[in-house]
Amino acid sequence: MSDITQLRNDFPTLKQTIEGHPLVYLDSGATSQKPQTVIDAINRFYAKNNANVHRGLHTLSEKATFNYEKVREKMANFLHVNATEIVWTSGATESINLVAAGLTQNLSQNDIILITALEHHANIVPWQQLALRTKAKLEVIPVNEQGCIETTQAISKITQLKPKIFACSHASNTLGNIQEVEKLIAKAKEFGAITLIDGAQAFLHLRPNLRQLDCDFYVLSAHKALGPTGLGVLYGKYDALNALPVYKTGGEMIETVSFDKTTFRQAPAKFEPGTPNISAVLGFGAALDYLEAIDFGALHQYEQDLYQYLIQKLQSIEGIKIYGDLKHNIGTASFTYKNEHHYDLAMLLNSYGIAARSGHHCTQPLMQTLNLNGTIRVSLAFYNNKADIDRFISALHECIALLEG
Amino acid sequence: MLLGKKLPTLPDVLKTDEARVRGCESNVWLHIDLDEQQQHLVLVGDSDTRIVKGLLVIVLAIYNARTPMDAAKVDAYSEFEKLGLIKHLSPSRGNGIKAIVDTIQQQAAKWA
Repeated sequence: MSDITQLRNDFPTLKQTIEGHPLVYLDSGATSQKPQTVIDAINRFYAKNNANVHRGLHTLSEKATFNYEKVREKMANFLHVNATEIVWTSGATESINLVAAGLTQNLSQNDIILITALEHHANIVPWQQLALRTKAKLEVIPVNEQGCIETTQAISKITQLKPKIFACSHASNTLGNIQEVEKLIAKAKEFGAITLIDGAQAFLHLRPNLRQLDCDFYVLSAHKALGPTGLGVLYGKYDALNALPVYKTGGEMIETVSFDKTTFRQAPAKFEPGTPNISAVLGFGAALDYLEAIDFGALHQYEQDLYQYLIQKLQSIEGIKIYGDLKHNIGTASFTYKNEHHYDLAMLLNSYGIAARSGHHCTQPLMQTLNLNGTIRVSLAFYNNKADIDRFISALHECIALLEG
Repeated sequence: MLLGKKLPTLPDVLKTDEARVRGCESNVWLHIDLDEQQQHLVLVGDSDTRIVKGLLVIVLAIYNARTPMDAAKVDAYSEFEKLGLIKHLSPSRGNGIKAIVDTIQQQAAKWA
């Protein structure tokens, strides 16, 4: 078993002080830190191997193409799918937009697009725009007052509405809740729905087997899983993926071009016009290698233990209210303290070197449901440790004393 | 934050959408008026966060009772620098102080 407590040393960003305090990075939900191997892979590409992919027969270009396509295979293996089912995009947001744009012809007036009340704006707005274009209806599975989706209620909603499209986050970015997506996907498919799962938050923590999940589409962002920014993944079951029309056009994605007519290549190539984000793909390849080398069972247990430790410490502070599902969670705690503004708390926490997120976390509808103007969000990753949480809790006590002083 | 406690809370009727300063993560309401007799600025404001409210007290103190001409020339940046609060003036998202200062400067310039 790899010693998980030592992995932290692989992340150079964590070795610094902020405002005279050791950095306590508790904002991995916004973006994860990067291990040295990822940074090295990007540097190596630009310093030694830089060339464009899928063009040219010269050695560097061949090498770049080979390495670039190898990462697609790595990604596919990681998700238990085929390499032809992996499209590189700029991020989970673009992946969802690509699918939502592509399904315009599949919907008619009054068809139902079903999402949930805890989606990130990126998994709301593209569907809302699709509904506007097609006169379809956007319906929402509600959350309870704790901010959780109750699976039985969700299933009865799916049964009642018979959606054409069902889109749901695997794990909530604001609350960390893990949804029982497998059950929801199965139910939605009974009615022939096209299913999309937003794995931006879940991928790093849950490493889903997409064959098992059986969704049509799954999206994620590399930067939330140790990789570089500006890169995302769209997985689509091949037939569903290839059935989508082209989204952006240009070079690389074409088969033949004349001034009268252009024919396009098959997926995934037809969704990747122009020069791709080669260095990010290679960096993400290094991230996947890094993750692959860690025993996932042990890693998951470590994250869960850390999360329970955090919850227990937070709950011991009177006046703290934690939202979300505290049992099925990727390691994110979203909380308020009495009537104090999240902005004040986050600003004060920063002066103790604590990096936490404050605000609505790109989930304004969820905040409205919970009747909040925002929360403080603490999101963990395996490179955090109990010392981070102890520092955070002790800073939180001091911040509260300042606010109430 | 202690300063913030000294600033009276703005009555809810004045917390209008028009008075809200755009570009703040927290809510900031600001009313700028010109005392025509004295030809100087009259500013009132409030925020729902303690820190921004405290900073707002300083901003208002810098600009209140100045003539528009005078106010337009004020370098709020160096005032904050002197107070060691410069980091609160960063243009980054979430910090509205810069937006507040810009709003006042623009209004003052119109009257100047």
